[in-house]
Amino acid sequence: MTTMATPTQPAPTKPSTAPVYNPKSESTTVKRIKSTIFHVVALALVAMVLYPALWMISASFKPNSEIGGANNALWSANFSFDNFVTAMEGIGGVSTLTFFTNSLILAVGAVVGTVLSASISAYAFARINFPGRGLFFGMMIATLLLPFHVVIIPQYIVFQQLGLVDTYVPLLIGKFLAADAFFVFLMVQFMRGLPAELDEAARIDGAGHVRIFGSIMLPLMKPALISTSIFSFIWSWNDFLGPLLYLNTPEKYPLPLALRLFVDQTQSSDYGAMIAMSVLALLPVLVFFLVFQRYIVEGVSTQGLKG
Amino acid sequence: MTQSPTLSRRAASAPTPPRKSRRRGANTRAGYTFLLPWLLGFIALTVGPMISSLYLSFTNYNLFDAPKWIGFDNYLTLFQDERFLQSVGVTMQYVVFGTPLKLAAALAIAMLLNSKRKGQGFYRSAFYAPSLIGASVSIAIVWKAMFGDSGPVDQGLSFFGINLGGWVGNPNMTMGMMILLTVWQFGAPMVIFLAGLKQIPTDLYEAASMDGAGPVRKFMNITWPMLSPVIFFNLLMETIHAFQIFASAYIISNGEGGPAGSTLFYTLYLYLRGFSDFRMGYASAMAWLLVIVVGIITLIFFKTSKSWVHYSGDAK
Repeated sequence: MTTMATPTQPAPTKPSTAPVYNPKSESTTVKRIKSTIFHVVALALVAMVLYPALWMISASFKPNSEIGGANNALWSANFSFDNFVTAMEGIGGVSTLTFFTNSLILAVGAVVGTVLSASISAYAFARINFPGRGLFFGMMIATLLLPFHVVIIPQYIVFQQLGLVDTYVPLLIGKFLAADAFFVFLMVQFMRGLPAELDEAARIDGAGHVRIFGSIMLPLMKPALISTSIFSFIWSWNDFLGPLLYLNTPEKYPLPLALRLFVDQTQSSDYGAMIAMSVLALLPVLVFFLVFQRYIVEGVSTQGLKG
Repeated sequence: MTQSPTLSRRAASAPTPPRKSRRRGANTRAGYTFLLPWLLGFIALTVGPMISSLYLSFTNYNLFDAPKWIGFDNYLTLFQDERFLQSVGVTMQYVVFGTPLKLAAALAIAMLLNSKRKGQGFYRSAFYAPSLIGASVSIAIVWKAMFGDSGPVDQGLSFFGINLGGWVGNPNMTMGMMILLTVWQFGAPMVIFLAGLKQIPTDLYEAASMDGAGPVRKFMNITWPMLSPVIFFNLLMETIHAFQIFASAYIISNGEGGPAGSTLFYTLYLYLRGFSDFRMGYASAMAWLLVIVVGIITLIFFKTSKSWVHYSGDAK
C-alpha cells in the first residue's frame, strides 16, 4: 500500500541513519512477514478458544463409545444424529420441545418486559428534570454493584407467601419493573447522546412527554433497543439460578433446568445424549450470535456490557 | 421560552400560578410517572428485600416457623462454621487468581488485535463468543466432560508426559479448572479494552518511538496510564462478577461443592444453606456479609484508584 514512499532500506532502527522515524516506511516484505505472523498467532489462539465449543459439537454427533474414550479427535467416521434423537425425547416424560417452548416464553417475556420498562425509566432519567432525579439515579447505579444474592431470600419468601412459586411470575416481574439496572443505565447513556434540540422542537410543536418518548426517542434508540433485546434474551435463556429457585414441576422447566435433570438422572451413562442436549440448549444463543455478532460485539464495546 | 401550547392554554385558563412553576410541577409529575416501573421494582424487589434480609439475618427463620430474634448469633456461628470458612477460601482463591489472569488475557489479546488488519471483526467475534455461553449449564457440562478422567484435557496432557488423571475428581485441580473456565471468557473485557485502546492517539506512540522508546516503555508510559480508566472499570466489574459465580460451580460439583469442598463457592453454600437446609436467617447473614465485603472492595478500589487511574482531564 505504501510502496511509493518506501525507501530501499527496511525500517530504520538507528536514528543515526534516519533521523525521523516513520512507521509507514517499512518495506512490503517486512509487512507481509509481520502480517503472516499475526494471523498465525491469532488463528492458533482462536483455535484454542473455540476448541471447547467445537469439541462439544463434534461429541454430540459421536457414538457414546467414542466420547471421552481413547478417540478425542474432532472428526469421527461414525457421525450420526442418534444422540439428538435421544435428546429430543426429553426426560421424565416431558419432551425437549416443551423445555424449548418454556425457555422461549421466558426469554421473549424478558425481552418485552425489559425493553418496555427500561426505556420508559431511562427516559425519565435522561430527559425529564424533576426533583430527586439525581438521588434515584445514584441509587440505580449502586444496584449495578449490588450482589443480587442479598435479595433472593426475601424475594423467595414473598413469592412463596403469595403462592407464586412454581409460576413464571417471579422470573418475569423484575423484567417488567426495570430491575436490570444495567439496561436502564445503557439506555440513559444512549439517550443522553441524542441532541436536546429534538425535544425542544417537539415541545414547541406541542408534543408532551408521551409523544416525545414514543415518536422521537424510541425510533432513534434502535441500536440500544437491539442490544438490550439480544442480551436480555440470551441472559434469560441461559439463566439457571432463577428457575432453580422458583420452578419445581418439570413441565415448566426451561432448558438449563431440564439439562440439570438430565445430568442427575443419566450421569455418565448416556454422555452423547447429554452433550447433544447441551448443544440444543445453546443453539438459539449460537444462532443469535452468528446473526447479530456485529451488534453484540459493538454493543459491548460502546456500552460496556457484560457477557 | 419553549412552553408547549397545551401548557400555555392551561396556564391561561388558570392564570394564578406562574408559568415556570406550572411547568416544573408538570415535569415532576411526568418524571415520576415515567420512573414508575423502575421505582416500583426498586422498592419492591431491591430496597424492601434488602431491609427484610437484614432483619432475617438476625433471626433463625426457616420458612415454616415465625422468625425468632437471635441477635448476632448467625454472624458469630458463621466464623466457626468450617464449610463457610472453606467457601470463603474457595471464592477468594477464585477471585484473586481468576480475575487478574482473565484481565491479563483480555488485555494481551486486545493489544494483539489493536492494529488495522484483515479479519479483525472475525477475531473479535471469535474471542468474544465464550463470554456469551461460558456461564451456561451447557458449558459447565462440557467443561466437566473435557476435564474429566480420560477427557481431552487429560489426554492432551499425557501426550506431553503429564499424568494428572481427571481434574474433576481431584480437589487439588478443581480450582485450576474453574479458573480456566473464567479466563476462557476473557472476550467481554477484551472488547472493552479494544474500545479503550482505540481512544489512545497514535501520535503519542510515534513521538515515543522517535525518542527511542521500546515496546515495554511504550506500554508502561503510554498504554497503561491512558488505558487506566478502562482497566479500572474492567477490574471492578470482573471482581464483583467473580464473587457471584454459581451455575458452573453448581453443575460441575453436582450441587454439592465437592470434591472435598474444593468447589464450594460462596454463593453455592449460601444457596445450600438457604434453599436445601431452609436456614434462611443464616443464609441472609451470609448474603449481608457478601454485600459488606463487595462494598469494602469497591471502596478500596475507588480510594486506591486515585493513585493510578488517570482521567483525560487530570493535571499531570
